[in-house]
Amino acid sequence: MDSTGDAAAEPLLEVRGLSKIFGTLKACDSIDLEIRRGEIHALLGENGAGKSTLVKMLFGALEPTAGTIRWKGQEVAIRSPGEARRLGIGMVFQHFSLFDALTAAENIILSLDDPAPVSAVAARARELSRAYGLPLDPQAHVGDLSVGERQRIEIIRCLLQDPELIILDEPTSVLTPQEADKLFDTLETLRSEGRSILYISHRLEEVKRLCDRATVLRGGRVVGHSDPRRETAASLARMMVGGDVPVVVRDKPAATREALLEVRGLNRKAGHPFAVSLSEIELTVHAGEILGVAGVAGNGQGELFEAISGEALQESADTVRICGHAAGRHDITGRRLMGAAFVPEERLGHAAAPFMTLTQNLLLSRYRTDARAFLGRLGIIRNAVVASAAKRVSTAMDVRKGSEDPEATALSGGNLQKFVIGRELDRQPRVLVVNQPTWGVDAGAAARIRQALVDLAKGGSAVLVISQDLDELFEICDAIAVMHGGRLSTPVPIAEATYEKIGLLMGGARPEATSGLPLEETV
Amino acid sequence: MFEDILITIATAATPLLLAAIGELVTERSGVLNLGVEGMMIMGAVTGFAVAVTTGSPWLGVLAAILVGAAFSLLFGFLTLTLVTNQVATGLSLTLLGLGLSGMIGESFVGRAGVKLAAIRIPYLSDIPYIGRLIFGQDPLFYVSILLTAGVVWFLFRTRAGLTLRSVGDNHASAHALGIRVITIRYLAVMFGGACAGLAGAYLSLVYVPQWVENMTAGRGWIALALVVFASWRPWRLLVGAYLFGAVSIGQLHTQALGVGIPSQFLSSLPYLATIVVLVLISRNRRLTMMNTPASLGQPFVPDR
Repeated sequence: MDSTGDAAAEPLLEVRGLSKIFGTLKACDSIDLEIRRGEIHALLGENGAGKSTLVKMLFGALEPTAGTIRWKGQEVAIRSPGEARRLGIGMVFQHFSLFDALTAAENIILSLDDPAPVSAVAARARELSRAYGLPLDPQAHVGDLSVGERQRIEIIRCLLQDPELIILDEPTSVLTPQEADKLFDTLETLRSEGRSILYISHRLEEVKRLCDRATVLRGGRVVGHSDPRRETAASLARMMVGGDVPVVVRDKPAATREALLEVRGLNRKAGHPFAVSLSEIELTVHAGEILGVAGVAGNGQGELFEAISGEALQESADTVRICGHAAGRHDITGRRLMGAAFVPEERLGHAAAPFMTLTQNLLLSRYRTDARAFLGRLGIIRNAVVASAAKRVSTAMDVRKGSEDPEATALSGGNLQKFVIGRELDRQPRVLVVNQPTWGVDAGAAARIRQALVDLAKGGSAVLVISQDLDELFEICDAIAVMHGGRLSTPVPIAEATYEKIGLLMGGARPEATSGLPLEETV
Repeated sequence: MFEDILITIATAATPLLLAAIGELVTERSGVLNLGVEGMMIMGAVTGFAVAVTTGSPWLGVLAAILVGAAFSLLFGFLTLTLVTNQVATGLSLTLLGLGLSGMIGESFVGRAGVKLAAIRIPYLSDIPYIGRLIFGQDPLFYVSILLTAGVVWFLFRTRAGLTLRSVGDNHASAHALGIRVITIRYLAVMFGGACAGLAGAYLSLVYVPQWVENMTAGRGWIALALVVFASWRPWRLLVGAYLFGAVSIGQLHTQALGVGIPSQFLSSLPYLATIVVLVLISRNRRLTMMNTPASLGQPFVPDR
C-alpha cells in the first residue's frame, strides 16, 4: 500500500468546516468529510440531519455559508451543477430530476454540456447500459417508465459524464430487493474502475454490505466516522439517532375470523395517462389483523387506496364492504360513518390542509363521525371540545410543535404524520387503511407510528397498510400481499414470507413461480 | 371571387397565427402570459404611428416588434423576477395595453395609413385560383408561415428547443441540472411579446391600414385559446387559426347572402367550429399530456 504514492493517498474530495444556514436554522454545521479514490463512502443520518443540504452544496445546487471544498487537493467553489459536472462530480437524485414528457435520450442530452446529436447520445447510452447491465430504451417516454427504469436513466445520464465521484441519494428506497442487488453490482463495478461513490442511505444493512467507510450526521453535525463493516446495524442506528431506537412490541392478537374489510372483484380504469388501472383486486382483513400491501411505487397502490377510501366510488356497492356494510357506493364520509378511517400518502395537501391549524384539520376529517361531541345545536362548532381532542391526539402520539395549535405546514414531516395518524386512531376505528405510514419519517417517529398500528390491531380492529418499505411490513404485518401492474397477489402469511419471495412478486413474477410449484399442480 | 375569399381567409388568420405562435413558445417554457391582447394593441398603435410618421411601413413593423418585446419584458420582470401572479399580471398587462394604446393613438385616429405592399411574383401569381394566394400575398403572411415552420424546427429539432421544453415540463429538475430557468423564460416571454407586436402591426398596416381604438377586438384572446386547443402543437395551431379565419369569413358571406339564420348564431360559428375541431383532433389524451407544459403558470424561485 505504501508504494501507491501521494496521488492515491490524497483524498479525492475534502470538505472542511462546511456550513449552511437558512435563516436561523443551521442545516449543516461545520461538516468535515473526506472521500478517497475508489471507495464507497456512506453518508448516514436521519431525516433533517443535513444530508441533502450537504450534498446539494457539493453538487453546486446550494451555496455554502462557510467552509472549504478541496477537489484533488485544489480548493474549489462549486457555483452550479454544471461546474460540479465539469470537475467530475455526478449526481443521482432521490426525487429524480427527470422530465416526464421527454424521451430517455432527450433527458440524457439535457445534462450534457456539449450539444451532441440525439442519435449519437442514444448510441452512447445503449453502450453504457450494456456495459453496466442497466437495460434502457432511449426512445421511451419517461412518464411511461417504472421507478427502477427512471433510476437507470439517471445513472446512465450521470455515467455519460465520466464522473470520478458519483453521489447517490437514497437510491434503493424505490427499488425491489432484486433491483437493489443489481444496483449494488453496478456500484461495485464502478468502484473497481477507481471511481468514488458517496452513498446516502438510512438502510443500515446495505451500508454494511456495500460501503468502505461511513460518516454519520445528526442535527447538522458530524457525530462520527466509522467502518460500517465493523459496526452492527444497531450500533450504526444508535449513532444516527443518538440513543436507542424503540423496538416495536407485538404479541399474537386473539385470532378472530370476523372480516371487517372486504374487497371483491375491484376493477378500475386508469383516470389519466400516467395512472394504473386496477383489475380483479380481492382482499380481506379480519379483526385483529394487519395486512400489508407491498409493491414498487406506481403499481396501483394510490389507485387502490382511493378506491377503498371512497375518493373513487365503485360500480357495485358490494365491491367494498366495511364492517359488513356494502360501501362501494358511499363516499369517504359514508365509509367513515361505517367505522373506517383513512390516512392517505401525502400528508400535506391531502391528509391535512396546509394552512389550517391542527384543530381545524382534526375537525375537517371528523365533523360527521364525531358530530355529537364536536357540534352543538344548529351545527355550531364547539371549539373547546375540538381543541381538547387535538391536544389529546398530540399527547398520545408525542407530536412536537412550536406553538399550542400551529398550522399543519409548520410541523416537520414526522410530527405531522404522527398527528394525522393519531387523529384517526383517536376515533378507535374498526378499520384503518393507511398508505405509506412512515414515508420520509425519522426512525423514532416511525417506531411510534408502527407501535400505534400494532396496538390498534391488538384492540380488535382491522388494519390495511400500503407501504414500499419492506422492513416495515415484515415488522408489523400478519400477511403481505404484493401489488404489481394493478393486480394484487394472494397474501403470503408472515411465517412463510421472505424478502426474496416478496421481492420476486414485486418484480412481477407469478406467484406460482415463486412457490416453486409447476402451474398444473396448483390448479 | 373564389380566390378573393381564400385571400381574405388568409388575411383573417395571419394575425391570429402570429400572436398564437409566440404565445405557444412562451407557454412551452412554462409561462402563461394573458397579456397577448395588450401587447398586440401596443404593436398595432406603434406600428401605425411610426409608419405614418416616417412613411415607411417596414420601420413601423420593426417598431411594433420592439414595443411588443419591451411590453412583455415588463411582464417578465414582474412575474419572473418579482414572482407576481402570472394570471393577474397578464390581465393587467392587457388592460394597460388597451388604455395606453388609446392614449398614444389619439392623434392618429382617422389619419390615412400606409399599407405594407403585397409581394407579387411575376407569372406565378397569375396561376388561376391559387396563384395570388400562394405567390401574391403580403410579406407578413409568408413570415407567419415561416415562423410556424421555424418554431417546429426549433422546439423539436434543436438542443435549445429541448432545453426550453424541459423548463416548461419541470423547472425544478431543469434547475437541478444547471439549466438557467429564469433566463430561458425571459427569452421565451420576449419572443412571445415580439410576435404579438408583429401581429398588431399586421392589423394596422395590412388588414385595415388605419388606427382605430381597440382594433384588436379580442384577437389576442382568440390566439390564447387557440394555443390551448391546439394542445401546444404548432401545426395544429396553424390549422386552428385558418379554420377560425375560414369560418369567420364564411359566416360573413352567408350573412351577406341573407340566409335565414340568426346573425348572432352565425357570428358565434367561428368559435364553435374551432373549438369542436380542435377538441376532436386533441382526443388522444396521452399525446395531449405529453405536449402540455406541466409547470405552466407555476412560479419558480430557486433556493440559494
